[in-house]
Amino acid sequence: MRAVVLGVGNILLSDEGIGVHAVRALAERYVLPPEAEAIDGGTSAMDCLDQLASADLLLIADCVRGGHEPGTLVRLGDGELNAFFRTKISPHQVGLSDVLATLNLHGIAPARTVLIGVEPKSFGLGMEPTPELAARLPAIVEALAEELKAAGLTLVPRAG
Amino acid sequence: MSKRITIDPITRIEGHLRVDAEINDGKVTKAWSSGQMWRGVELILLGRDPRDAWAITQRICGVCTTVHAITSVRAVENALKLEVPLNAQFIRNMIQAAHAIHDHIVHFYHLSALDFVDVVSALKADPVKAANWIQQYSDWPMNSKEVMIATQEKLKAFVGTGQLGPFTNGYWGHPAMKLSPEINLVAVAHYLQALNVQREANKIVTILGSKTPHIQNLAVGGVANPIATDSQSVLTVDRLYAIKTQIDKLADFVKKVYLIDVAAIGSVYADWTKYGAGVMNYLSAPDFPIDTKGTEFMYPGGYIPDGDLTKYQAIKSFGDDYFGKGVEESVKHSWYTYSKEGPLHPYKGETTPHYTDFQDDGKYSWLKAPTFYGKRAQVGPLAAVLNAVAAGHKPTTAYVTKVLDTVSALVGAKVGVDALHSTIGRHAARAVRCAVMLDLLEANWQKLIDNIGKGDVATFNKPVFPKGEIMGFGFHEAPRGLLSHWTVIRDGKIANYQCVVPSTWNAGPRSEDGTPGPYEASLIDNPVADPEQPLEILRTIHSFDPCLACAVHVHDQETGKAVKVTAV
Repeated sequence: MRAVVLGVGNILLSDEGIGVHAVRALAERYVLPPEAEAIDGGTSAMDCLDQLASADLLLIADCVRGGHEPGTLVRLGDGELNAFFRTKISPHQVGLSDVLATLNLHGIAPARTVLIGVEPKSFGLGMEPTPELAARLPAIVEALAEELKAAGLTLVPRAG
Repeated sequence: MSKRITIDPITRIEGHLRVDAEINDGKVTKAWSSGQMWRGVELILLGRDPRDAWAITQRICGVCTTVHAITSVRAVENALKLEVPLNAQFIRNMIQAAHAIHDHIVHFYHLSALDFVDVVSALKADPVKAANWIQQYSDWPMNSKEVMIATQEKLKAFVGTGQLGPFTNGYWGHPAMKLSPEINLVAVAHYLQALNVQREANKIVTILGSKTPHIQNLAVGGVANPIATDSQSVLTVDRLYAIKTQIDKLADFVKKVYLIDVAAIGSVYADWTKYGAGVMNYLSAPDFPIDTKGTEFMYPGGYIPDGDLTKYQAIKSFGDDYFGKGVEESVKHSWYTYSKEGPLHPYKGETTPHYTDFQDDGKYSWLKAPTFYGKRAQVGPLAAVLNAVAAGHKPTTAYVTKVLDTVSALVGAKVGVDALHSTIGRHAARAVRCAVMLDLLEANWQKLIDNIGKGDVATFNKPVFPKGEIMGFGFHEAPRGLLSHWTVIRDGKIANYQCVVPSTWNAGPRSEDGTPGPYEASLIDNPVADPEQPLEILRTIHSFDPCLACAVHVHDQETGKAVKVTAV
């Protein structure tokens, strides 16, 4: 079992970077087992190709524009992800969907891909998410942790 | 009949580009290049610690992370007049070379080759013929008929799934596609092999930079890689030898595949040596410093006016006055305002947004228009290669000769350096630069080993920020061309910061006197067979390696087409 938790987004554009903030928060909240790797992918999906290759589970954290209230969490599984990439609601889809298609072409795509998305409020300039989304970080972290636990991994909460 | 077309991606990715073109009688007669997103990183940096700027600026872009990091530390070091230990120079040089190799391979095979290669046509190829053809030119073991047969099978299975992925928006069967099914198959085989090879380049960046996508090992004053010959947790001789193995794998691919492919494809598309020249003032930075001050470089850079290599003028050192005093940026056609008339030097640069709508004769871009002593300049591998040839750089000259000789043999006529001033020439120059980067990667690896062997393990000089105001700039010859960062530091905090990036030089709008930028100029007289499928425009724009080239390939959510076309 090898799981990769990939946070994507541009941390210079407030809520755009929520996926990166979420993955950082996950690593601060829990000690991940050796089978799981948390990656701050930024907007460089192509550079993550090597780490994503042949993973058993790829867990993506990203912002997703779906017309919901800011901070709304969505979960998209394998079947839904194709549709997600076709309708282009994430700003990073070009890079990320291309990388997944590329891995697919080579027969080394992750066995399973799950996306935990959160509706953004603002893409304004700033290195922190908006207060609305910052308040949702614990919930996003728990959603990510639940996926890992469901895949049979053990996460140990950090003290404090 | 005049037609106006707009190629405008709809997703929000940094460096987003919109191109408008007026087409008359099958040719582009007027063009506009417009950056569609405001880059406000300069404002985020104000008031921050200059030692943090590199980590922030490497987030500007998902493709060009490393290059902003390196340029930023150079800018702050220049302001401090801080020297950098030799080991740090060599480690940075290796990172930048490996990054460039990765970037060039990905650009050619994955972001632009499909403008020339018809993937669907490869399904019709005779794989044995394809193998025989390519084996005449290269002894790369993966050119065998077994590999060609396997590639075709893989492609069939993939196309059969209906999920074309990276091939979705290709212009398959377009009249401007000219390669035979066999050459198309060879190109697809190499496309797939390149995906594996680029991972090797990325591994080098990861080992030296501690992490990828965003390197962690830089510091103002050097690098944070402690060097030891006996500890596993730091950069050891073992790890350096592991890197050498990766370098050798890359060298084989670049020299036996990439250089050959670019010549072979280029020879079939020889007509594209007549299009796309555009702005022929070429500007590049010297790079690969091998002294602590940045006055000696392994790779020359400078300025060539009007495409005349005999008028080459060298840029000689970090902090070079000729470069430092020559750069200005105009916002006459950009969505910003300055507090006074005319262009501004980057030290005095202002980032005050002022959005209007898209005005053909007024403001139409989020990019500023940089000039060098008042002239537009083209940057990128072509500028770097021409400047290196003009400076008498032997490795560059040798690879240029090799590529041009191969092309000459294929087309049966002498093809000279002049052919490089073109759309296809930019691809050839990028392959040449990639080969030079490999030699430089290897040379810096050797220099690092030798220097450690002498007992020098220093990697960092501590920066000390004075009271009062200092200024500095750093430059770097990045994969897309000359990148410079300019900073004013007051009492140890950033008081101004401006990034003048390669895509700004090339994709910038008209300047103060209305002179079109390199993208705009290069499109003039470009043929367009079918305005609904402006493949030829993409060819010329992609030859510059626009950051996130994929961005000009995306679907329009509403019409399902990649372009909006309106008759004028």
